[in-house]
Amino acid sequence: MTGTFLSRNPSVLIFIACLAAFTLAVTLMSEAAGSELISTSFVKTLGKTLCLCLVAIAMDLVWGFAGILSLGHFAFFGVGGYMIGMWLMYARTEAIVATSLANAEIPPTDQEIIDAIGTQIFGVVGSSDFPPIWSFADSLTLQLLMVVLVPGLLALVFGWLAFRSRVTGVYLSILTQAMTLALALYLFQNDSGLRGNNGLSGLQNIPGAEGIPQATISVWFFWASAVALGLGYVLSAWVVSGKFGSVIRGIRDDEARVRFLGYSVEGYKLFIFTLTAVIAAIAGALYYPQAGIINPAEIAPIASIYLAVWVAIGGRGRLYGAVIGAALVSLLSTWFTGGQVPSIPLGVYTIVWVDWWQVLLGISFVLVTLFAPRGIGGLFDYFSGNRAPNRHGRDLGPDAGSLREQEAEQ
Amino acid sequence: MTRLLTLAFAALMLCVSLATAQDSPMQTLLQEHRALIEKSSRQTIEPAIVALRDSGLPQAQLVMEKWQAKELWQRKSDNLFFFAEKVDSKTWRLTGIDDGQAAGEFAKKELKQLKPNSGVRSMIGAALVQFQLMSDDPAKRIEALDAIQRDLAPEQLPALEGAIDGETDPQILDRKVRLVRLLTIPYGRTEDERVAAINSLSGDLGVDARAALNPLVATTRDAVAGAVPEGTNVAALLKPGSATFSNEEAYALLVARDLAPARVSAADRREALQQNIEGGKVGGVPVAQLDTDAARERAYLGLVAEGKAPATATEAEMSVALASHVFFDRFADPNPAITDAATDTLKSINLKVGVNQVLDLTLDAMSLASIYFLAAIGLAITFGVMGVINMAHGEFIMMGAYTGYVVQQIIPDYTISILVALPLAFAVTFAAGVAMERLVIRWLYNRPLETLLATFGISIALQQLAKNIFGTQARPLTSPGWLDGALVLNDVVSISYIRIAIFVLALIFLGVFLFIMKRTRLGLEVRAVTQNPRMASSMGINPDRINMLTFGLGSGIAGIAGVAIGLYAKVTSELGSDYIVQSFMTVVVGGVGNIWGTLLGATMIGFLQKGIEWFNPSNTLAAQTYMIIFIIIFIQFRPRGIIALKGRAAGD
Amino acid sequence: MSQLLEVSGVSVTFDGFRAINNLSFSIGQSELRAIIGPNGAGKTTFMDIVTGKTRPDEGRVLWGEMSQSLLKMSESQIARAGVGRKFQRPTVFEDQSVYDNLAMALKKDRSPWGVLFFRPQANDRVRIEELAGEIGLADQLDRKSGELSHGQKQWLEIGMLLAQEPRLLLVDEPAAGMTLAEREHTTDLLKEAAKTRAVVVVEHDMEFVRRLECKVTVLHEGSVLAEGSLDHVTKNQDVIDVYLGR
Repeated sequence: MTGTFLSRNPSVLIFIACLAAFTLAVTLMSEAAGSELISTSFVKTLGKTLCLCLVAIAMDLVWGFAGILSLGHFAFFGVGGYMIGMWLMYARTEAIVATSLANAEIPPTDQEIIDAIGTQIFGVVGSSDFPPIWSFADSLTLQLLMVVLVPGLLALVFGWLAFRSRVTGVYLSILTQAMTLALALYLFQNDSGLRGNNGLSGLQNIPGAEGIPQATISVWFFWASAVALGLGYVLSAWVVSGKFGSVIRGIRDDEARVRFLGYSVEGYKLFIFTLTAVIAAIAGALYYPQAGIINPAEIAPIASIYLAVWVAIGGRGRLYGAVIGAALVSLLSTWFTGGQVPSIPLGVYTIVWVDWWQVLLGISFVLVTLFAPRGIGGLFDYFSGNRAPNRHGRDLGPDAGSLREQEAEQ
Repeated sequence: MTRLLTLAFAALMLCVSLATAQDSPMQTLLQEHRALIEKSSRQTIEPAIVALRDSGLPQAQLVMEKWQAKELWQRKSDNLFFFAEKVDSKTWRLTGIDDGQAAGEFAKKELKQLKPNSGVRSMIGAALVQFQLMSDDPAKRIEALDAIQRDLAPEQLPALEGAIDGETDPQILDRKVRLVRLLTIPYGRTEDERVAAINSLSGDLGVDARAALNPLVATTRDAVAGAVPEGTNVAALLKPGSATFSNEEAYALLVARDLAPARVSAADRREALQQNIEGGKVGGVPVAQLDTDAARERAYLGLVAEGKAPATATEAEMSVALASHVFFDRFADPNPAITDAATDTLKSINLKVGVNQVLDLTLDAMSLASIYFLAAIGLAITFGVMGVINMAHGEFIMMGAYTGYVVQQIIPDYTISILVALPLAFAVTFAAGVAMERLVIRWLYNRPLETLLATFGISIALQQLAKNIFGTQARPLTSPGWLDGALVLNDVVSISYIRIAIFVLALIFLGVFLFIMKRTRLGLEVRAVTQNPRMASSMGINPDRINMLTFGLGSGIAGIAGVAIGLYAKVTSELGSDYIVQSFMTVVVGGVGNIWGTLLGATMIGFLQKGIEWFNPSNTLAAQTYMIIFIIIFIQFRPRGIIALKGRAAGD
Repeated sequence: MSQLLEVSGVSVTFDGFRAINNLSFSIGQSELRAIIGPNGAGKTTFMDIVTGKTRPDEGRVLWGEMSQSLLKMSESQIARAGVGRKFQRPTVFEDQSVYDNLAMALKKDRSPWGVLFFRPQANDRVRIEELAGEIGLADQLDRKSGELSHGQKQWLEIGMLLAQEPRLLLVDEPAAGMTLAEREHTTDLLKEAAKTRAVVVVEHDMEFVRRLECKVTVLHEGSVLAEGSLDHVTKNQDVIDVYLGR
C-alpha cells in the first residue's frame, strides 16, 4: 500500500524494458538501418501489432477491469483511423492536384483546387462535393484533435445512454454490438461522405515525406506505435493501480454494492468507457497509416469480438495479458492466413491452413474459455505461485445473468 | 347491225350489272367507291372505308384484310375487284370477292394490284378492329383489346364504342367500357365527354388510369416577356429566387428560350482567358494574378472590351431580365376544365394508392416480422429460459439452410424435398445444439459473458467449416413451384406466396411453442427450472436434462428458420451472421423470457425497418442504421424490453 | 428531537402483490431499532425503498433536518447523503485486500476525478487501521478478503459501513451464520454505533434482538403491526397470532 507507483507495479518496468529492447532490436534489423534481416513489410506488421496491443489494453481496461464486455471498441479504433485517414488523403490529394494544376497556363483559384481535390477523392462514389465532416480535413492539428474528439464523443453519448438506463451484462454487449453494426452500415453507404465501401486509401503515403523511403517511414511509425503503447500501458497501469482501480474492479464484481457505498457507478463506467474509446482511437490513428487502407469492413462487429478473443486468450484483468494475447493471436493469424504454414496431407484430405485457421482459432478459443479462463497471463500466476483465493461465486465477471439465484435465496 | 349489236351488248351488260348488284353486293359497293379506292389517299379514303365497315356485309372483314395485305387486285379489262393469288411469277389466280369462286388465271399485265399506303393501311386496320371486337371468338376480342391498349389511337374510339352493344361476356364488356374511357380522356369529341371520362376514373388503382391521366397534367416550364398570353393553361406561376426555382434556373430558361444573352460559364471564361494570353497578361491583368474569380472577371471584361471574347451578361442585366419576364408552368392540355378534372381525379387516385401502399407495406412488414420471429424464437428460448446467449445461433440457422440444400441435391422433387428438409433440419440442429450444450455451455452456466465468447468461438469455427465444405459461392434453395408467384390483390398490393408460407410457418411455431410450454410435461418442467432451478431439482426434475432439451429445441427451431430463410435468400456461410444482430435486437426489444415479447419485438422491428425503408427507399443500409439507433433509444425507455418482468423477479 | 428518517404512507406493488402496504415508520438521530417480522413481511423491501433500490408507488420518504425527499435520489446519492446498508449475505470485494475494501468505503470525495487522483494520506491509513482494530481484522489488512471466514467478512462489511460514516445504518440479519462469541461482538459493535447514529437492524433471531435492548417494530404483510419494547410486543396478541399462526 506504500511506496511509489512503480515499486508497487514492477510489471510496468519490466514491460517498458521489454518493449524498449524489442523496439531497438527491430530498428537495428530493419532495412532502414541497412540490415536485411527484417523486411519493410514485416516492420509494418510489427508496428501494426503494437497498435493492436494498445487497443487490447483499452479492451482489457474496459472488460477485464471494469467488467463491461464492449463489442464496440474496434469501432472506435476504426473511427480513429478514419479521422487521421481524412487528413492523409486530403493533404496528399492536395499535393497531387497542386502539382498538376501548377502546369496550367492560368493559376487556379482556391475553389478550383478544392473542386479538383473533391473530384479526385469522391469520384469513386459519383460525387465531387466535400461533405461537412471533411470541414477540418485540411488541417492536421484539427484532424488530430478529431481523432480524440469524435470517438470520445461517440463513446460519451452512447455510454451515457446505455449506462443511465442500467443496461448491464450481455444486454450491454449486444447493444454495443448493435452500435458497431449501425456505424459500419452507415459507413458502407456511398453518401456517408467517407467513400462508402471504397474506404480511404493510399494512407501509407505521408504528405510532406514524399522523398523518404517507405523503409524509413515504417520505422518511424513503428517507433510511434511503441511509444504510444508504452504510454498507454503506463497510463492504464496508473489508472487501475490506485483507488480508481479498486472502484472499477468493485463495479465489475458487485455493481450494486459499489452503488450503496455511494459511488455513482454510471459515472465511473462512462469515464472508463470514454477513456478506453480514446485510447482505441489513438491506436487506430497509428495503425491505419501503416496498413495503408481503411474501409467499413474493418469496423464490422466481428472485429470487436476478435478483440475480446485476444484479451480473453491473453488473460483478462492484467494488462500484460492483453498485450500478449493481442500480439500472439494477431501474429499467428497473419502467419496462418498468409499461407506460410505448411499444409498437412492426411491422405484423403489435405489441411490447408488458410482454410482451417479460423476453425482452429474458434476451437482453441472455446478450449481457453473452458479450461483456462485466466488465459496465458494465468501462467505467470501459476509459476509465481500467486494463486487466487478460493472464493465463493464466480471467477472474473460482473453479472449473474439474471438475479434468479439471489432471488431464490431471499 | 352494229347498233343492234351494241344495244344487245348494252342490255347484256345491264343484265350482268343488275345480276352483279344482286349477287355481288360487295363488288357493287367497291365499284361505287372505285375512284376513291384507286386514288388511295389518306385524306380522301375515309368514306370508302366507312362504307365498307358499315355495309354489314359478311365479306367486309375479309375484303378489308385482303386490301390491307395488298392482296386485292383489279382486272384491267372491267375494273372489277378480285382476290389474287400468285401461281407463278407471271400468272395470278383470281377469286371472286363475293362468291369466293375461282375466276380463272390471268397474266400479270392484265391485272392491277391495289397498293394502299401505310396511312391508309392503318385506317383499314382501325376499321378492322371493330370486326375483331365483334368476333364470336372471345380470345380474338381480348386480343383486339390488347392491341388497342398497347397503342391508344383516336380512330379506335368509334370502333370501340360501336362494339359495346352486343357484348355478352361481362368481363370483356368491363374492359371495353374501361378502354372507351381511357380513349375518351385524350381523344373525346367534346369537353364534357372527356371530363366525365376523367371523373369516372376517380379512385381507380390501375396503372393504365394513371398513365392516361398523367400526360394531361404534365407541365412544361415557360417564360415570356410581359404577361402570360391569353389562352394559356397555366399550372403555376413561378417566382425566380424561391426555394424551388432559383434565379440561375430562371435565367437558364430565358437563355434556352433565346430571351436573354447567355452568361459565360466559369469554364468557358477560363478557356477564353487561356487563349488570349499575351505577354504574360490577359485583358490587361497579369496572368499570375488570375487566381481569384474577381481578377478573372476583370480580365474577361478587358477581353470583351478588346472584342476578343463574346459579351457576357452581368449580374445587373440578369436581374433586369428576370424582372421583365413572367415564369410559369404550362399544362400540355390547353383546356383548364380538363386539367382541373384530371388534377382532382389524380388526387383521389393518389390518396387511394397511398392507402393501398400502406396496406402493401403492412404486408411486407408482417412477412419481415415473421422472418425475424422465426430467427429469434430459438434465441429467445435459450436466452429467456437458460440465461444463455448463443452467438452460434446464426450458424444454426445456416446449418438448417444447408441441410435444405443438401436434401434438394438428393431428392429432386422440390415439394417432397422441402417436406423432408424441415424435420431433417430440425433434427440436425437439435443434435448440434444438444452437443454444444453438453460439451461447452453446461460448464459455463452463470458466466453469461464467457458463454457469449465461447459460443462465438463455435460460431467462427462453424462458419469456416461451412465455407470449407460448401465453398464461398451462394447455393440455391429452390422453393416448390406452387410457392412461385404472388397473391395480387390489385395493382398496388401484392404479396408473394413464399412470404405467406413463412408467415404461416411463424404462426405454426408460435402455436407449437405455446402448446409445448403450456400443455406438456416438458413445458411445465422448463417453466419450473426457469423460475427456480434449485426448487425444481428438489422436486425430482433433472435440470441438466431440461437445459439440454431446451437448448436443443431452440437450436432445432433455428434450423427450420434456416430452411425458411434459405427459400428466399441465397444460402451462404454468412447467412446466419446477417440475421444474428436483428435476432438479438428482437429478443432485447421484446423482453426476455416471454414468447409474446419476442413476437411483439419482431413485429416492431419488422414494421420499423419497412417504415424507415419507405421514407428512404433507395437506401436500405441507412434504414438499418436508423433502426438500430432507434432501438438504442428505445432501450432507454424500456430497458427490459416491451414485456418486462416486473418486481423482485426482474432483479434491480 | 427531530426525526432523521420519516417514512409515511408508503405502498409498493409487485405484479399485483402488495409487498408494502401504507407503511409508516420513523427513527431519531441516534437510536437503535430492531425490525422483526415473518417471512414476506416486507422487511427487505422496506430497506430497498429507503436505499433507493425500489421506487414506491405512493408515499413519502423524508430525510434529515431539511426533510429532503429520498425518492428522487439515486442509490449512490442516498448513500452519500448518509444511509449505509449491510446486505443479508456478506458482500465484500473478494478479489481485493481488506485494506482496499476499507479504503474504498472511507468517507472521501466519490467523483471519478477525485478518486482518480486520490492518494491515501497518513491520517487515512491511521483511520483504516483504527477501523480494522475495531472489527478485529488489524492483522489481516493485506489479505484478500475472499480468504476471510464468513464471520470476518460480516465484520469487514460492518467496518466498511462504519468507514462510510453514515447517519443511518440499515443492517440486514447481521448475526446469520455467526458463532456465539461473534454474535456478542456484533451486538457490541451495533450498540456502540447507535450512540452516534441511527441504526436499524432486521433480524429473525429473538435472542439477538433481546440482547440489543432496544425498541422493536413488528412488520406484517407490509405494514407495522406493533411497536415498543420487545417484552411489550411479544405480549401483543396480534403478534402472537402472526408468529404462531392462527
